[in-house]
Amino acid sequence: MLKLSNGAAADDKLSFKNRLKSDIRRNYPLYILILPVLAYYLIFCYKPMYGALIAFKEYRPDLGVFGSPWVGFYQFKRFFANPDFVRILRNTLTISISSIVFGFPAPIILALLFNELKMPKFKSVAQTISYLPHFISLVVVCGLVKTFVSQGGIIYQLVTLIGDKKVGLLSRPECFVPIYVLSDIWQQIGWSSIIYIAALSAIDQELYEAARIDGANKWKRVIHVTLPGIAPTIIIMFILRMGSLLSVGYEKIILLYNPLIYETSDVILSYNYRVGLEQQDWSYSSAVGLLNSAINFLMIIVMNKLSATFSDTSLW
Amino acid sequence: MKKTNNAIKISKGERIFDVFNFLFMICMMIVMFYPMWHVVCASFSDARLLSAHTGLLLWPKNFSLTAYKLMAKNPMILNGYGNTLYILVFGLALNMVMTCLAAYVLSRKNVMFNKVLTVIIVFTMYFSGGLIPTYLNIIQLGLENTLWAVILPGAISTYNMIVMRTGFAAVPDSLEEAAKIDGASSIRVLWQIIIPLSKATIAVVCLYYAVAHWNSWFNAMLYLTDRAKFPLQLILREILIDNDTASMVNAMDVGVGDASFVGETVKYAVIIVSVVPILCVYPFIQRYFTKGVMVGAVKG
Repeated sequence: MLKLSNGAAADDKLSFKNRLKSDIRRNYPLYILILPVLAYYLIFCYKPMYGALIAFKEYRPDLGVFGSPWVGFYQFKRFFANPDFVRILRNTLTISISSIVFGFPAPIILALLFNELKMPKFKSVAQTISYLPHFISLVVVCGLVKTFVSQGGIIYQLVTLIGDKKVGLLSRPECFVPIYVLSDIWQQIGWSSIIYIAALSAIDQELYEAARIDGANKWKRVIHVTLPGIAPTIIIMFILRMGSLLSVGYEKIILLYNPLIYETSDVILSYNYRVGLEQQDWSYSSAVGLLNSAINFLMIIVMNKLSATFSDTSLW
Repeated sequence: MKKTNNAIKISKGERIFDVFNFLFMICMMIVMFYPMWHVVCASFSDARLLSAHTGLLLWPKNFSLTAYKLMAKNPMILNGYGNTLYILVFGLALNMVMTCLAAYVLSRKNVMFNKVLTVIIVFTMYFSGGLIPTYLNIIQLGLENTLWAVILPGAISTYNMIVMRTGFAAVPDSLEEAAKIDGASSIRVLWQIIIPLSKATIAVVCLYYAVAHWNSWFNAMLYLTDRAKFPLQLILREILIDNDTASMVNAMDVGVGDASFVGETVKYAVIIVSVVPILCVYPFIQRYFTKGVMVGAVKG
């Protein structure tokens, strides 16, 4: 038995060598073509991953990543002991979970509503207009948000009809999460709905006919035909969304927040940006960033595993 | 009898639903479009009247071009445009070369290392070294304060590459085989067969990259220190977010009392100037954009 498997292994090895040889002889032009791409990924993606080792070191630019002294988990402990830690984690989770609860179903509902529209011309106009905000730059969107919610702005006027008139909404800590989530939905709802519209168009129309003959009304057809039809897409999108649970859109937060509302708006990555680039605390901020990346990566693996187990849908 | 009754009832409910759905769509379109319309109207308004205005703005207040005239005098806007165009042209060229190469190789069958290469590349979509090591890397490469610090790190987007790979994989193998028998090299197959047959996918990917370059600001903020090198979005950030209209509005031109009011309209004018290129081409290309999402939906 042992002998047999040994023999098989040797055979495999030989054929692997041969396979390798013939593969290189045949495909070497392709390997040459992909070299610049590989170089890009090594220099701009993998080198920073190696650079992230400074999270376990006390980085000194003169000594480099390799030469800086090791300090183990010291930087991570500093982060956990920091009085801001709880606030940052709470804000990250609050903003992220609110975005998921309100922002994730929104494009699905919009896609379902598009799907029910009877007039094709009207439908395509409505869709085109709903995608528009996606193409406006973040800087401009945040500029608009800022103008509309500050004193005298149109949203400020609307809100102060019932609320009190003191300062602009972006100076009120309790307003940040709604502003963030709603402006995000405004910008992305149309664009995110495309993928569900694509999934909806792939559903077999005969299923609807069959359901109709069986006496299912519109609501029942949505529940029993439409939703199961787009479930794999929903699951994939959900896995991807959960994978960025901690990566709240920090570019947007950096554009929108100010020290008055750090209390509710400062998240892990905006904090990471501040301590890293403004205070130049390299090792500490790398530790914060690495922790964030690692948790996100873990989340995506766990979610993917769960999904593969329960629904046969997975990313890879 | 009962059955027909039931059928009528359902169709009545459905008709009510349709009406509400229609109304909802109208509201949705207004909400999506109004902010841009507001900006257009405000940019053409008289500064003082605008500051006194409350409620929705449906038409310019006392049509005026002051804001645009002031903006035209400002060299930073034009300079920002120039820098953005530089990034767009060189960035896009690099993007397309790199993306085509990667997509071509990874879409070939019977290539032994493709699985490994794909894993190496796709892994970077889910894990990264983080902001700070990335920043330090760029500094170490000596790219600080050059426009290449903005261009090179974005040389290839893995998502766009996957869209392209899906497109390339759809070209029939027989064409490539025939060309190979005639002695065509790999690069020639890519250039003369694969690329001409994937024009639609290439257009989509090209547009994605172009919009991303046009709208990007974060890397420019991180790596550029010289104001003369700022792309348009970074200038916009100074004006819109940091509320710095002082450099735009010269009190001598408009009178001291009006400076802050005019600053407000100038803000709107710069938004228009930065968004117009996208708005102009958008109606014609949006269906290609959506096509790209659907191709990308095929999982990597």
